[in-house]
Amino acid sequence: MRATSRTSGNVEIISLDGKITIGAGDTQLREVITNAVSAGKTNILLDLSKVTTIDSSGIGELVGSYTTVTNRGGKLKLLHLPAKLNELLHVTQLITVFEVYENENEAVASF
Amino acid sequence: MERGDSERIEITISSRFENIELVQVIAEHLCENAGVDEDGSHWIGMAVREAVANAIKHGNKLDVRKKVNATFELTGPELEITISDEGEGFDPAKVGDPLNPQNLMKTSGRGIFYMKTFMDQVHYSFQSGGGTSLVMTKNLTRGSGIASTKA
Repeated sequence: MRATSRTSGNVEIISLDGKITIGAGDTQLREVITNAVSAGKTNILLDLSKVTTIDSSGIGELVGSYTTVTNRGGKLKLLHLPAKLNELLHVTQLITVFEVYENENEAVASF
Repeated sequence: MERGDSERIEITISSRFENIELVQVIAEHLCENAGVDEDGSHWIGMAVREAVANAIKHGNKLDVRKKVNATFELTGPELEITISDEGEGFDPAKVGDPLNPQNLMKTSGRGIFYMKTFMDQVHYSFQSGGGTSLVMTKNLTRGSGIASTKA
């Protein structure tokens, strides 16, 4: 998995590209979020449009990321959910936890 | 391959996460060859991914000397997938329901739930000398379990 970051206003937009799966992207995602929070960036928008594969470990890391950011007083929101990731969040009812946006400007304005 | 044919495929891998995709791809190709659409094949492949990941991580505890065996048996529209490891087993009843509000924010514990969602039946058996076998079945003429949860 590859992660690239940019800033829009007070929001850190992190784009993830590739797989978020056990033993690979899951630990990378944890590092990316930990590093961002450590740098004081606690308003985080995760752009998931280029995520090709995710498994239960990746879903677990999304949950862990949400908790990490929230515990630091920040917010973590999701942008451009791929259809299959959307389904996985629905069946586990995690879709009720995350704020999900399809429009980046709207997402940034929501923080 | 047309529905009604039979097929048996077996693969044995060492306990490395990078081998998971090998088994997943076999599952997806077998399903597509049997006439299952892309989405349906994907969800069966994901059930296999979760099963193999559990066998490597929780069963064989990442010991690369230990093997995971996967068998795919297609008889007509019935697909039976068996994933076996060399681990000590566990009590499936102790795995919490990830939909329980107190488990919702846990970072693990969704693998078996996904398997049960995508497959018709999921059954564990434990050998007395060690080793766990997971048998999952799916009638390929039925839709993916995930479709029925969307309503």
